[in-house]
Amino acid sequence: MENYQKVGKNRSIAFDLEIIKKINSFLKLSKMNTEILENKKAAGLTENGILFPSKVMLDLSNLKKVYPTPKGDYVVLEDLNLQIMKEEFVTIIGHSGCGKTTMLSMIAGLNPISGGNIAVLGNPVKGPGPDRGVIFQSPSLMPWMTALENVLLGVNKVFSHATKSQRKDIAKYYLNKVGLDGAFNKKAIELSQGMQQRVGIARAFAIKPKVLLLDEPFGMLDSLTRGELQDILIEIWNKEKITAVMITHDVDEAIFLADRVVMMTSGPRAKIGDILNIEFERPRTRKSVLEHDDYYTYRKHLIDFLEH
Amino acid sequence: MAYLELNNVYKTYGEGDGATEVLSDINLSIEEGEFVAIVGFTGSGKTTLVNLINGLLKPTSGEVLFKGEPVEDTSHERGVIFQNYSLLPWLTVGQNVYMAVKEAYPKENKAFLKKRVSDYVAMVSLSPAINKRPKELSGGMRQRVAVARALAMNPEMIIMDEPLGALDALTRGNLQDEILKIWSQDKRTALLITNDVDEGIYMADRIIPLKPGPNATLGPEFKIDIERPRDKTAMNDNPNFKKTRNAIIEYLMDIGESRKSVSNEIYALPDISPKSFVA
Repeated sequence: MENYQKVGKNRSIAFDLEIIKKINSFLKLSKMNTEILENKKAAGLTENGILFPSKVMLDLSNLKKVYPTPKGDYVVLEDLNLQIMKEEFVTIIGHSGCGKTTMLSMIAGLNPISGGNIAVLGNPVKGPGPDRGVIFQSPSLMPWMTALENVLLGVNKVFSHATKSQRKDIAKYYLNKVGLDGAFNKKAIELSQGMQQRVGIARAFAIKPKVLLLDEPFGMLDSLTRGELQDILIEIWNKEKITAVMITHDVDEAIFLADRVVMMTSGPRAKIGDILNIEFERPRTRKSVLEHDDYYTYRKHLIDFLEH
Repeated sequence: MAYLELNNVYKTYGEGDGATEVLSDINLSIEEGEFVAIVGFTGSGKTTLVNLINGLLKPTSGEVLFKGEPVEDTSHERGVIFQNYSLLPWLTVGQNVYMAVKEAYPKENKAFLKKRVSDYVAMVSLSPAINKRPKELSGGMRQRVAVARALAMNPEMIIMDEPLGALDALTRGNLQDEILKIWSQDKRTALLITNDVDEGIYMADRIIPLKPGPNATLGPEFKIDIERPRDKTAMNDNPNFKKTRNAIIEYLMDIGESRKSVSNEIYALPDISPKSFVA
């Protein structure tokens, strides 16, 4: 960030939104672009009106999703614009059925895009790929394989240039990180749901994705196990700083983990309704977060959004 | 004399070397009209505790007293909402509730019973499904039938074993409000077992943590000093709410911390980058 500010100063050009607007209209860019720019400014992604494309990891622009139904088209998402920066942790909340999972599966490349664009580091998403790791709500492991084999499944593909023992070391490293060092050789089916989800976390981190996509990964766990896994997730994330996008229903989880909490409006035609910046220092501990003066203000803001 | 009392209750499963002491030295006393929540981890013995109170299990030692009398058997004075619904699969929603109502009101006529069934089924918004069988319903709908069945019996004491865990946030909130309404209208006594601290704070007068088993025992109680009716949004401005909530969460976190296993082995991560798939 400092570098960019320096460049701005050296050039000593005082950009502001008005100038950009004029340039845009001069270049006959669409009105839409100006609106996107305003959104970006509102989201704090511009400085003095200058956009830093190289800081953006994930760029969703004018995203649209339509599901055809016998009664005509159902527009789930429309005009959805969201930029997620490198090393940012974003959580997404919204009512059931508003299209959160649709959006995430489109980023993952598992669901075709009806309109608009999704780009990872400027490259349009065309399908699933190892640059985007996904952790689903249900652990989705191969039940007949051991924890280690499940993690190796992805590792072997992405690290095909490494030796066999190196690949094993990678899988073991992450399984140990999630607290499963005693269960390498247990079959997935023998593990509790909480343990299976730990394997899911290890599997996603082990392929070293650029973006981690999490679809309510702890939704099926009891609230105490959930807290433990949040701690594990954030501990690994603190170290690796992978850009993360996580859907959750849990307001406390959304605040504890995120740099920004994105609130989606209710569907149909869902879009980004509001964004809350979480200004807590990192690394965070649950205790320091809970005792922070702003915690319950954030919490109220989000509950208020969900209840209305 | 308390309404419900557990004195030095121990519960052991198995015998000899294979014996596991699930609950140790449980002491609990609940006054009439009180709403108490017990918060605990999975596998800490919450369900065993519920079954001791409702009369499905007997303590290995110690005593469970309900209105001063030892609990010997189940009774419709104590209505239970189970975690796994426990509906009879061959009966419809209406028939499941009817069976319980008939047990609780043996002397009433059919019209009274039927009215009561339809009222409680309506309360959980399942009127359109009253003639459906459990297997035709979603998990959340089944749980709502179980709630209707327990409350329709007009029990003096409502015992709930993680009743709302499987439901989505919206349905859960609605049922929490329904249970609170019935509890406060007729000043029942209620015991809620939950793993959700917020559910406990929203509903209960007191929260008591159950430390994880084996040898699970009750921790120090937390009084919830927030006026009723409570509002989930407005509560966030209440200094009492913040203080109590933080204290409970920190207490549970500390217990969780002590459970963590520490691995002695060190695993090194090889310094390799993944293959690039972008052409």
